[in-house]
Amino acid sequence: MGYSALKIFKEGLFGQKGWKPVWRNPEPKPEYDVIIIGGGGHGLSTAYYLAKAHGITNVAVLEKGYLGGGNVGRNTTIVRANYLLPGNSEFYSHSLKLWEGMEQDLNYNTMMSQRGIINLFHSDGQRDAFARRGNAMINQGDDAILLDRDGVKDMLPMIDYDNVRFPIYGGLYHPRGGTARHDAVAWGYARGADQRGVDLIQNCEVTGIDIEGGVVRGVQTSRGAIRAKKVAIVVAGRSGQVAAMAGMRLPIESHVLQAFVTEGVKPILDNVVSFGMGHFYISQSDKGGLVFGGDLDFYASYAARGNLPMAEHVTDAAMTLMPSIGKARVLRSWGGIMDMSSDGSPIIDKTQTDGLYLNCGWCYGGFKAVPGSGFSYAHLIAKDVHHEPASKFRLDRFRTGRGLMDEEGTGSQHNLH
Amino acid sequence: MRLPCPLCGERDRREFYYQGHATMLDRPARDAGIDAWDDYLHNRDNIAGEVEDLWHHEAGCGAWIKVTRNTVTHEVSGAKLVNGARK
Amino acid sequence: MRVAGKGLNAHGAPVTFTFDGTTFEGREGDTLAAALLANDVRLVGRSFKYHRPRGILTAGSEEPNALVTMGTDAAQDPNIRATTQEIYDGLAARSQNAWPSLNRDVMAVNDLLSPFLSAGFYYKTFMWPKSFWEKVYEPIIRRAAGLGALSGATNEDTYEKAFAHCDVLIIGAGPAGLMAALTAARSGADVILADEDSQMGGRLLAETYDVDGQAGADWAAGIVEDLRGMANVRLMTRTTVTGAYDQGTYGALELVNHHRTPNAAVPRECFWRIVAKRSILCAGALERPIAFPNNDRPGIMTAGAVRTYLNRWGVAPGKSVTVFANNDDAHRTAVDLVDAGVTVAGVIDSRADAPQFGDYPVFKSGLVIATKGRLCLESITVQHSGGTRDIRTDCLAMSGGWNPTVHLTCHMNGRPTWDDYILSFVPTDGSIPGMSVAGAASGVFSTHGCLESGIKIAREVVLELGLTAGDIDMPSADDSAYRIEPLWQVEGKGRKWLDFQNDVHVKDINLAAQENFRSVEHMKRYTTQGMATDQGKNSNVSALAVLADATGRGIPETGTTTFRPPYVPVSIGAMGAGAQGHGFAPERHMTSHHATLDRGAPMIEAGLWYRPSYFPKTGETTWLESCNREVNMVRNTVGICDVSTLGKIDIQGPDAAAFLDFVYCNTFLTLKENRVRYGLMLREDGYVMDDGTTARLGPNQYVMTTTTAAAGQVMKHLDWVSQALRPDLDVRFGSVTEQWAQFAVAGPKSRDLLNSILDQGIDGESWPFMACGDVQISGVAGRLFRISFSGEHAYEIAVPSRYGASLFRQLCAQAEAMGGGVYGMEALNVLRIEKGFITHSEIHGRVNAADIGFGRMVSQKKDCIGNTASQRPDVVGGEREQLVGLKPIDPKGKLTAGAHLFVDGADAVRVNDQGYVTSVCYSPTLGHDLALGFLLDGHNRHGETVQLVDHLRGVETVCEVCHPVFLDPDNTRAKETSNG
Repeated sequence: MGYSALKIFKEGLFGQKGWKPVWRNPEPKPEYDVIIIGGGGHGLSTAYYLAKAHGITNVAVLEKGYLGGGNVGRNTTIVRANYLLPGNSEFYSHSLKLWEGMEQDLNYNTMMSQRGIINLFHSDGQRDAFARRGNAMINQGDDAILLDRDGVKDMLPMIDYDNVRFPIYGGLYHPRGGTARHDAVAWGYARGADQRGVDLIQNCEVTGIDIEGGVVRGVQTSRGAIRAKKVAIVVAGRSGQVAAMAGMRLPIESHVLQAFVTEGVKPILDNVVSFGMGHFYISQSDKGGLVFGGDLDFYASYAARGNLPMAEHVTDAAMTLMPSIGKARVLRSWGGIMDMSSDGSPIIDKTQTDGLYLNCGWCYGGFKAVPGSGFSYAHLIAKDVHHEPASKFRLDRFRTGRGLMDEEGTGSQHNLH
Repeated sequence: MRLPCPLCGERDRREFYYQGHATMLDRPARDAGIDAWDDYLHNRDNIAGEVEDLWHHEAGCGAWIKVTRNTVTHEVSGAKLVNGARK
Repeated sequence: MRVAGKGLNAHGAPVTFTFDGTTFEGREGDTLAAALLANDVRLVGRSFKYHRPRGILTAGSEEPNALVTMGTDAAQDPNIRATTQEIYDGLAARSQNAWPSLNRDVMAVNDLLSPFLSAGFYYKTFMWPKSFWEKVYEPIIRRAAGLGALSGATNEDTYEKAFAHCDVLIIGAGPAGLMAALTAARSGADVILADEDSQMGGRLLAETYDVDGQAGADWAAGIVEDLRGMANVRLMTRTTVTGAYDQGTYGALELVNHHRTPNAAVPRECFWRIVAKRSILCAGALERPIAFPNNDRPGIMTAGAVRTYLNRWGVAPGKSVTVFANNDDAHRTAVDLVDAGVTVAGVIDSRADAPQFGDYPVFKSGLVIATKGRLCLESITVQHSGGTRDIRTDCLAMSGGWNPTVHLTCHMNGRPTWDDYILSFVPTDGSIPGMSVAGAASGVFSTHGCLESGIKIAREVVLELGLTAGDIDMPSADDSAYRIEPLWQVEGKGRKWLDFQNDVHVKDINLAAQENFRSVEHMKRYTTQGMATDQGKNSNVSALAVLADATGRGIPETGTTTFRPPYVPVSIGAMGAGAQGHGFAPERHMTSHHATLDRGAPMIEAGLWYRPSYFPKTGETTWLESCNREVNMVRNTVGICDVSTLGKIDIQGPDAAAFLDFVYCNTFLTLKENRVRYGLMLREDGYVMDDGTTARLGPNQYVMTTTTAAAGQVMKHLDWVSQALRPDLDVRFGSVTEQWAQFAVAGPKSRDLLNSILDQGIDGESWPFMACGDVQISGVAGRLFRISFSGEHAYEIAVPSRYGASLFRQLCAQAEAMGGGVYGMEALNVLRIEKGFITHSEIHGRVNAADIGFGRMVSQKKDCIGNTASQRPDVVGGEREQLVGLKPIDPKGKLTAGAHLFVDGADAVRVNDQGYVTSVCYSPTLGHDLALGFLLDGHNRHGETVQLVDHLRGVETVCEVCHPVFLDPDNTRAKETSNG
């Protein structure tokens, strides 16, 4: 069902009785051309682009819980294309372009808000590193502006410039970055995929991957066996378990990242801001909640919840940077399971099993990749060749060392990215 | 979260640095080959359940410890010095 | 209005406060809500979406409606619950989310548009035309965001954080909590009893029950007195346990000074981290509203809240009260009101067999199907077994039953269990390791049951702790059954509100189900049900029941959403207490800090350290002038620089050399005593971790230096290697960074300077380049290293830190007397770039030894950390970006760090990117800019020209690629041996 101004008006007059389900509840068919394991943001967008860009509609998305119940529904909603290294640059640049056309494409308001992202820096060395990044962004065709201290002051008056522990030297401003309504992204892709015939099957846990002679044949699920010509894994924090069903051991460690939202307050912060010395980033939602987060809790975890030390560290950072928000109250904290790869960059690749594909390693930054990841993964699944902007996301880069994308420069320890 | 340092007793998590799964104790020989080293450096079983992982009592005694911990429940069932843990 | 003689604070002193500028009088002990009701103020706030007039719903921290702002300027504090805020003289509260006034709020127009603003309407609209979302619609929506407002001013209040430890933490001091605390305390356990209220007693303060023959509140006060007298008990009032975390850690928020005149000397709030061997959750239960048409008018409250206002504060929330319920408990509201002389116009009980406990009309099989009154309830329409009738009433006390306060038990992903007897969720055993649940929180609702369960659970807990359970007499108390029948929504015209603050009503839930948002998580996210400041405490169970109904499932099958910490919102100020300003991270000062400040040097951060940027001289107007002078000074005479921030690790033991050989990629076994060697340390993945020098001070003693930035990381790494990988090596080490102050003495006259302060002079032959050894300065034992980070003939001299300040002054004075002086980080940086020395600007984590031209340092005669990975064929060779020097072809050409490198003439786009610039300086020695950078196959491209492009700063400069050592490539200056 298409959404239009007229439709909204009519439904308003007639008690909203005419709205149809945004997706069906199909029973699994015995066989599909493609099975996508994982009904999160990336899985749903993969299904959407398989159908839309490649005409492949005999597709099932198998989700063990509810659609969009993973990290796409529990993040800080930041969208950006501000990467340093080749491989990442072109991919996130492509993804941001998809974001910019998403609402019209999906006929669904995902509330993409390009309110601009400012990464603060606190020393000459950090400024130079951010300059290198900003120049890489412009080389890629994206936007970046190097703000000096006064430039930051004009945009972010709530920062305590005089007393902050690490002084504000300036900021790298990425005007096209911003936020979006996270759940709506999952729902928009789900609706678009469903409309094109994709079966979205919830409460269907994959328990095994059937492989014969090095070729994938289908999956075992909590709702029975389903055959498939191709199987695509895209399960974020659960990548280790699902890949193990296919005999793979991945360069992935799953970690918990917490995020926080305050009670709604009247608008005080227009941009997304990150504090380079405190691993703290913050924005304000359209409902008024200050949405913020920080670093990983740093220990491997599947609990989707964290502990106080990191929560306090994050609020500590808030208090040194912008003590004017001290009286905002943290309403809710939550945690997601991050598939931390050992160079901090993702994997979109084939596997040693014919017809089995892998998409993982998004670390704590998968939300902004939702459209790009689905687009490139669908391309790989449909054509068996890498989509150019994602062509560096190879699994073998860890083994050879060629083409590692270690944005943080922290090496092969998963939790340091 | 609290961890039982074998030398200091139970301490708050904030005294510890986390490295990763205890597979890092099994360092391959120099000539073990690229696959063995790839596996050592990058690949992890990444178990959802009980694991052994490595922590450093950085703000305490400086001991590296191997902690038996459940990654789903965060239950901690023991800790040994890596020193003593090896052979 | 007040009821004469009623209330625990009946004799409280008068207190004057204001609400929206009007002055009122309340009583000491009142909450703001109680005092407002006592003054017949009903309209207190406006809802979020539709700006509907709202009053006071509850008497606790779960209040969704009566949120106010207090204070002005920096003290402005939004979203304060009037239901928990205690009044004090001079308190000034303001309503929120209404303009121009609470009575006439223009945004209430949203309510008229509500047929079009159904759940999820945002997602279907605001898309046309494309640019309008961000330019028009979103700014309008954003402006409407939030309830209260922050002032924008920097916080001026103080907040605290604290740790506490105990054997048993008891959460909630109602009948169950008090008995649990008494039992645990009498058994010898260290007990913390925390309660969010200002007074302990829980529901006993709000009810008219007797316990042990006394008024419940009096009994509770007696127990509290007993507990207060015990040394092993800590009583924490106004303290809400906010979160349950791993291994018995709990977060708790104490409102230290919300209830008094603000006072800068007293923290406003304190955030506690409580570590408890065991805990007992005695947090009681929360009453739920009933979803009937227009159930949100000011004057409609929960039945338990009406009792609380009456019994605790002597306030009747209406002149003619009605009660609407599906359970026996709510009848107590009618009984208490009648006893207090307040008119009860009727109890509308949905049950056919509704009981009658007193002298009030009961409407059996009764339902409230309509309400009237815009800013305050005026009448209700009741449909009952006898027909339909209107009743005039200004207060309706509703009760859909009680929900145990299970929230904390869900903080570790525990899911509560549906209980068909109480028609609500109860905690699932074992949800939080070490936590037991007692009293109403466990679904036991009678006073007797609560007291009994508190004792029983506490006895179990102390036995598990290995203590002997003390004897406690079971007090006598009411033990009536809790009788309830399901009643989740009432049919009728008008919206049936569930989440009052977020304006979610039954139809929204139905619409979510209709659109297949059937999962409870989808419903919540689609409708925003349960996402307001009360986090669904009032409405989630009812909304779930409505969803279950709409989807034809039972409630247990429908599932629940997860409650997450914190239980009540916690201010960022409290959780981040102590971090404001410079409290965020420790500050490390060198021993020369004060002398440096005295010399007017601007300080810059280097990690946690503060280091001088440059030392301005009279007449110098820019940093560059000072920097150039300092560089020239070092190159021509002598300069002093405090380098104490470098990490220093003392390494001793028979296997110390073998250990160094394993952590450095180059060889250390051959290092002789009294000699220093440069060392390159790799990570196990083959990339460079750090570099520095290591000096051999004795047969089995070395001192390693690390970069300032990596000192901690290297120490941890050495611990790792020693304990985990090479326990066979007999070596011990410790950080001595803080123990030694160390100064660079650099320049042609460095030896002359040293000879003027050393007790015994040195000469070039006995102290060649890379020599080290013990020296004495005025009798103080120090160490001297002939090493150079400037390329000059230079030394670093180290003394125990307590002599650092004094030695620094002496060195500076001596240098100045010789025509030299002190230099800062800017000059240090220029000196090292001129010499092509790397820092973490170059070894930024993605470069290996080969990239920086040190490939051959990785000894192939031994194993070391990073050896194998650094030898992979794909990480060495011409496909890599390699360290080069860059000089502008035009000497006036500007170079910038962070610029990228391109083949001259190529477009400056990613596919043509050949490298980047890491460090830049103006070289006063060479008279032009210099840069270090990384260039594809750079080692083979010396002499080529490349284009440097910095889009951000608008710089494009043609450069010559050269060797990174710009000055004195043979190192003759540093190696100087003459004795002249």
